[in-house]
Amino acid sequence: MPELRDLYQEVILEHSKAPRNYKEPAHSNHKAEGYNPLCGDRFTVYLEMDGDTVRDIGFQGAGCAISKASASMMTQTVKGKTKAEAQKIFERFHDLVTGHTHENDEQLQAELGKLAVFSGVSEFPMRVKCATLAWHTLEAALEGKQEKVSTE
Amino acid sequence: MTATAVMPEKATLDVEKIRRDFPILHTQARGHNLVYLDNAATSQKPQSVIDALVRYYESGNANIHRGVHYLSEKATLEFEEGRKAVQRFINTADSSEIIFTRGTTEAINLVAQTYGRAHVGPGDEVLITAMEHHSNIVPWQILCEEKGAKLRVAPINDQGELIVDEFAKLLSPKTKIVGLSHVSNALGTVNPVKRLIAMAHAKGIPVLVDGAQAVPHIAVDVRNLDADFYAFSAHKMYGPTGIGVLYGKKALLEAMPPYQGGGDMIASVTFEKTTYNKVPHKFEAGTPDMAGVVGLKAAIEYMQSIGTDKIAAHEHDLLEYATKKLSALPGIRVIGTAADKASVLSFVIEDVHPHDIGTILDQEGIAVRTGHHCAQPVMDRFCIPATVRASFAVYNTRAEVDALVAGIRKVREVFA
Repeated sequence: MPELRDLYQEVILEHSKAPRNYKEPAHSNHKAEGYNPLCGDRFTVYLEMDGDTVRDIGFQGAGCAISKASASMMTQTVKGKTKAEAQKIFERFHDLVTGHTHENDEQLQAELGKLAVFSGVSEFPMRVKCATLAWHTLEAALEGKQEKVSTE
Repeated sequence: MTATAVMPEKATLDVEKIRRDFPILHTQARGHNLVYLDNAATSQKPQSVIDALVRYYESGNANIHRGVHYLSEKATLEFEEGRKAVQRFINTADSSEIIFTRGTTEAINLVAQTYGRAHVGPGDEVLITAMEHHSNIVPWQILCEEKGAKLRVAPINDQGELIVDEFAKLLSPKTKIVGLSHVSNALGTVNPVKRLIAMAHAKGIPVLVDGAQAVPHIAVDVRNLDADFYAFSAHKMYGPTGIGVLYGKKALLEAMPPYQGGGDMIASVTFEKTTYNKVPHKFEAGTPDMAGVVGLKAAIEYMQSIGTDKIAAHEHDLLEYATKKLSALPGIRVIGTAADKASVLSFVIEDVHPHDIGTILDQEGIAVRTGHHCAQPVMDRFCIPATVRASFAVYNTRAEVDALVAGIRKVREVFA
């Protein structure tokens, strides 16, 4: 049986209460809005892109603890990364929260760093969309899409 | 008519016996005894309803209204007996005023697309309330968009009650139809529908009542209410999914164009012209959910065997008990505090998102609904993204409310 503490790890709770980069960066030049119509979670992700690199990133919005902590930790992770690197991390993160076993789990964990605390989400399939909403929104912002992203 | 009008009669309702009628209530959920408090989404089914469905398929199934053979005749009789059971249940004048649909949503769409399209034109208005479920908003929006008409919305107050004076002001010569819920699915508010219908009728405006959340919980008499249309679903009242009812006054139904074309809704067909069947068959194109009707009849019989007044009294007792218990917890805000409520207890907890509350309660085997409950305008009205909703049925107990309270304490621990 999945344990609640696997999902609500201290780091996650802490980020949900005090999210990092909860702002619109002064020089943001890309943004996208993400929405989960099932639970009403709604985030805007702002990027300041310098060529292909994420110079600065912030987010604002409302959502559950999982979605907010995920957004917060995402901003910390992708800051300074290139678009391709950020997309790669999202792929890995998606594998993690959907429980897709990897040939090399240790390597996956290493690549994800702190984001590995979200591994418990895979035991709660109904919460995968919470964990990935900000990432889908980031992807849209990176692509410069204008449409609102929906998890549905 | 309302839940508050009935005094609790706990002594006469044997809940433990009732619980034995529902096999699914013995489920173990996440290692706990299931506490099912998501009845406003769908209720569980008693053995008698399950047996009726099995019996129909084992010994009664054939297509209705067309075969001359033994089984077809038997199935047709049983189907039409179902219609009569509904007629008696909500006290309509004639069983031909009962149209079977897939559910409340289809029933409302049917009225919007037939009566609505025939009567609503450019510049006209359709009036609804701010507490409607999406199923009593969107069909009217589609109609208004098509016709160049305007959807007007009567506001609610901070308790989640309709502001009757504002509703009255919005009834205008342009208003062609009113759609209103009998009981709000997100707030539990019981609307004074009889009074509201009389106000609309004084101006010659017909009223559709969305009774999806009322019929399972309070005795409904459509003639006493003088509703022009009344819609509800079987699956929220211990019956099967996929079957629902539209009641309409016969004169209105007869004057309305058909909804869908197909078999059973016709009297004769040539390639030049089709003559439509009489009501209710005019609105029942295609092979209907025959087993569903048999199951609905069994559900009605089940409710009647307990007594709708006793069901209402028991649920009202639970609602009052739960409201008192939850209100005493720190950081809880009840959303929907109308004087007259049925079955539904919506709430939010300070600093914890409903989705997280739902997951934590689920780990305790407690099933509640979290989200906007297909009533996003209601959430916007209270400036919240979502609520946690506990909703009660006849088989729920005070011990289950206590389990909910313990679950909420657990939420506080996790988020401490």
